[in-house]
Amino acid sequence: MFKIIEARFLSKDVKLFKIAAPRIAKKRLAGQFVILRLDEQGERIPLTIADSDDKQGSITIIAQGIGKTTKKLNTLNTGESILDVVGPLGKPSHVENFGTAVCIGGGVGTAIAYPIAKALKQVGNHTITINGARSKDLVILEEEMKKFSDEAYITTDDGSYGHHGFVTDILKKLISEGRKINFVLAIGPIPMMRAVTEATRPHGIKTVVSLNPIMIDGTGMCGGCRVIVAGKSEFACVSGPEFDAHNIDFDNLINRNKTYLDLEKEATLKFEHECKLVNQKPV
Amino acid sequence: MAQFPPVKDRMKMSRMDMPEQDPNVRNTNFEEVALGYNVGLALNEAQRCLQCKTPTCIDMCPVNIKIDQFIERIVAEDYVGAYNKIREDNFLPAICGRVCPQDKQCESTCVLTKKFSSVAIGRLERFVADKVMSLNMIPAPVKAKPTGKKVAIVGSGPAGLACAADLVGMGHEVTVYEALHELGGVLVYGIPEFRLPKAIVRQEIQRLADAGVKFVKNAVIGKTITIDELQQEEGVQAIFIGVGAGLPKFMDIKGEELAGVYSANEFLTRVNLMKAYKFPEFDSPVLDPEGRNVVVVGGGNTAMDAVRTAKRLGAKTARIIYRRSEDEMPARTEEIHHAKQEGVIFQTLTNPLEYLGDKNQRVNGVKLQKMELGEPDKSGRRRPQEIKGSEYIEPIDIAIVAIGNGSNPLLLETNPDIKTNKWGNIEVNPETMETSKKGIFAGGDIVTGGATVILAMGAGRKAAKAMNEYLNR
Ligand SMILES: Cc1cc2nc3c(=O)[nH]c(=O)nc-3n(C[C@H](O)[C@H](O)[C@H](O)COP(=O)(O)OP(=O)(O)OC[C@H]3O[C@@H](n4cnc5c(N)ncnc54)[C@H](O)[C@@H]3O)c2cc1C
Ligand SMILES: Cc1cc2nc3c(=O)[nH]c(=O)nc-3n(C[C@H](O)[C@H](O)[C@H](O)COP(=O)(O)OP(=O)(O)OC[C@H]3O[C@@H](n4cnc5c(N)ncnc54)[C@H](O)[C@@H]3O)c2cc1C
Ligand code: SF4
Ligand code: FES
Repeated sequence: MFKIIEARFLSKDVKLFKIAAPRIAKKRLAGQFVILRLDEQGERIPLTIADSDDKQGSITIIAQGIGKTTKKLNTLNTGESILDVVGPLGKPSHVENFGTAVCIGGGVGTAIAYPIAKALKQVGNHTITINGARSKDLVILEEEMKKFSDEAYITTDDGSYGHHGFVTDILKKLISEGRKINFVLAIGPIPMMRAVTEATRPHGIKTVVSLNPIMIDGTGMCGGCRVIVAGKSEFACVSGPEFDAHNIDFDNLINRNKTYLDLEKEATLKFEHECKLVNQKPV
Repeated sequence: MAQFPPVKDRMKMSRMDMPEQDPNVRNTNFEEVALGYNVGLALNEAQRCLQCKTPTCIDMCPVNIKIDQFIERIVAEDYVGAYNKIREDNFLPAICGRVCPQDKQCESTCVLTKKFSSVAIGRLERFVADKVMSLNMIPAPVKAKPTGKKVAIVGSGPAGLACAADLVGMGHEVTVYEALHELGGVLVYGIPEFRLPKAIVRQEIQRLADAGVKFVKNAVIGKTITIDELQQEEGVQAIFIGVGAGLPKFMDIKGEELAGVYSANEFLTRVNLMKAYKFPEFDSPVLDPEGRNVVVVGGGNTAMDAVRTAKRLGAKTARIIYRRSEDEMPARTEEIHHAKQEGVIFQTLTNPLEYLGDKNQRVNGVKLQKMELGEPDKSGRRRPQEIKGSEYIEPIDIAIVAIGNGSNPLLLETNPDIKTNKWGNIEVNPETMETSKKGIFAGGDIVTGGATVILAMGAGRKAAKAMNEYLNR
């Protein structure tokens, strides 16, 4: 059992958890994730380790409630426990002083981009962050991102905060202004990562994205998380989750992630219905 | 007390069938297929044994169980005695009795095999274990004087469990680290309930826990803790690596990336470990084979488990695609037989060339090619060759690739000082199972490549003996 020592919403559907996991806290590096299982009936889902505190022996995860498991997770509060947490999994981010690095987070992707932005800043990069969301109330980690940015931008799709438009607008502007950009990291919804990839491709800017295929074990045992990179099949849980963006077959990732769409919907509806029955507002 | 009939009468007795669920009932449930002998059947079968002076069955048993002696005790109705006799060499009789390839091991060299049919050694082994378990008569582990020496076991498959059992019996402080949230390795995530009830595996593990073995789940060695940290920070003096061969192989043919193409590991893990067959009571989904056409590529136990699982989940057609003929199939004969009874279709001498998909990249067909057998290859099996121009396409909804597992590099990446061969398997001294790194031992599938439960168990025990000597040096 892994105890939740802090839990709070960052926006309507996004919740932050500090979990007591001293072994993982001690080992994790930016870019790595855990796999957790809430209870005996639960599935195993991957979530990035957004932060860790070695002294306290805790890790921080940030989850967006989009389906049964993440919604159920987001009903948990301080003092409650998660049955299984395993990690740190995946390869750590490659962090070096590239010169100027742009870190782009879209939606909950900001939670995944944040620890990497922090690490890039700490090794001396001139770090530019672009934090995108659909609207103002969905912007997360604004202060945290700012703290590790030399320049920080916010974009919202509806214009309720920051730049009105997409994260790529800012990126393209920086490029067209002739800014020397040595490295781009983009994490968020697949269409956003793909748009960033296409924006940097013509300029040959090294671009890395963090992929989110469906996983089970996270140790290379099942092959369910395979993605196509440079025409080759890679198990994202062990060779990734970060890959060179210009070599990724995004269509395949999108389609593979749709494998269980109908079943996931069924499980989510059932969960929300049960929540209503016990007179709890679904989160 | 029963006795052996005269030898000439014994030879006339026919091999006892084991009661099993009706094929058309069991292919819709996940309960155990084979129900086991009762006392009467077991006695009849045991009485067939000739009690040979030099029992040839033993030669082909990888751990040389004293087969004649345990069978003799069944006839004497001394089941605990029979159990103890098996346990001298085999730590997991209830499991091995169910899953060992006896037809290729002990039963293949029983003197009765040639002229009559062999003694059903595996069924007898299972009978003894089940009987003693049901009587609650399994002897409590002997507690040795604590040595105060710390050992760690990486992986809770049969190799790790056997190693842990022996080491705890020698008085060492044993901790088993397991990456998954369940203990048992392939015994729980691979082999399905209908062939090996998980309650049996849990009982064996509970017994180890009772004997003082500590289990740490959700610990990926190499990630959560490294081998070097175990040695340097946790004061562990000897380590056994039994991480299995858990890296599913694909064929690298077109279309394997399509949704609906599974590795057998993924399909079986979803169904067995994550209980997807109970969705939505359990959260993990699996593509529902109900009313669909499922093909499984391969001819081993894994392929049989996957195809029979698909059948149980209601597949309209559940087919095995295998490039050689049935004679070359590595699966246990009994599983092939059971699969056929349950309505699995065998399409041998056929090889997939490519998977085809719809506009959403969902698999909807497979291009197959007919094969024929040529000259024997290195393995002694006749080499399959393509028949040119025999390609054809069949519509399918789910494909499961069960062509074996390679060595998982996860743990070894952090320890390049542990020497491996070109397939990534750990190299060990065959006498001691010691690796190139001091104090580190290894055994089971990570050393041999995908093999068997009994070999893994045997390797774990061999290592335990050498580790004990190492610790006492
Ligand atoms: C390496 C990695 C890191 C991630 N980090 C974060 C994070 O920090 N915060 C966050 O909110 N999300 C993160 N995700 C995504 C998160 O794992 C999924 O949102 C979650 O599994 C959805 O489960 P669900 O039951 O709530 O939704 P479901 O209704 O089951 O699924 C909704 C969608 O999520 C995806 N999904 C479903 N099951 C899985 C699974 N087992 N593994 C991966 N994706 C799945 C599918 O694309 C599906 O269409 C990460 C994913 C990966 C692979
Ligand atoms: C579907 C299937 C059916 C089979 N049927 C039969 C059969 O009928 N008869 C037979 O004799 N054999 C059968 N086999 C083969 C047999 O199961 C294996 O040979 C045997 O389980 C190997 O045992 P092991 O202890 O070496 O490894 P495993 O059983 O593979 O166990 C290894 C364990 O180590 C864990 N692990 C891996 N890496 C790490 C790490 N870094 N840190 C911590 N833990 C880790 C794994 O999660 C796993 O639990 C079958 C195999 C499969 C896949
Ligand atoms: S070879 Fe057959 S008959 Fe002889 S001891 Fe072994 S099981 Fe009995
Ligand atoms: S999640 Fe199973 S191999 Fe990556």
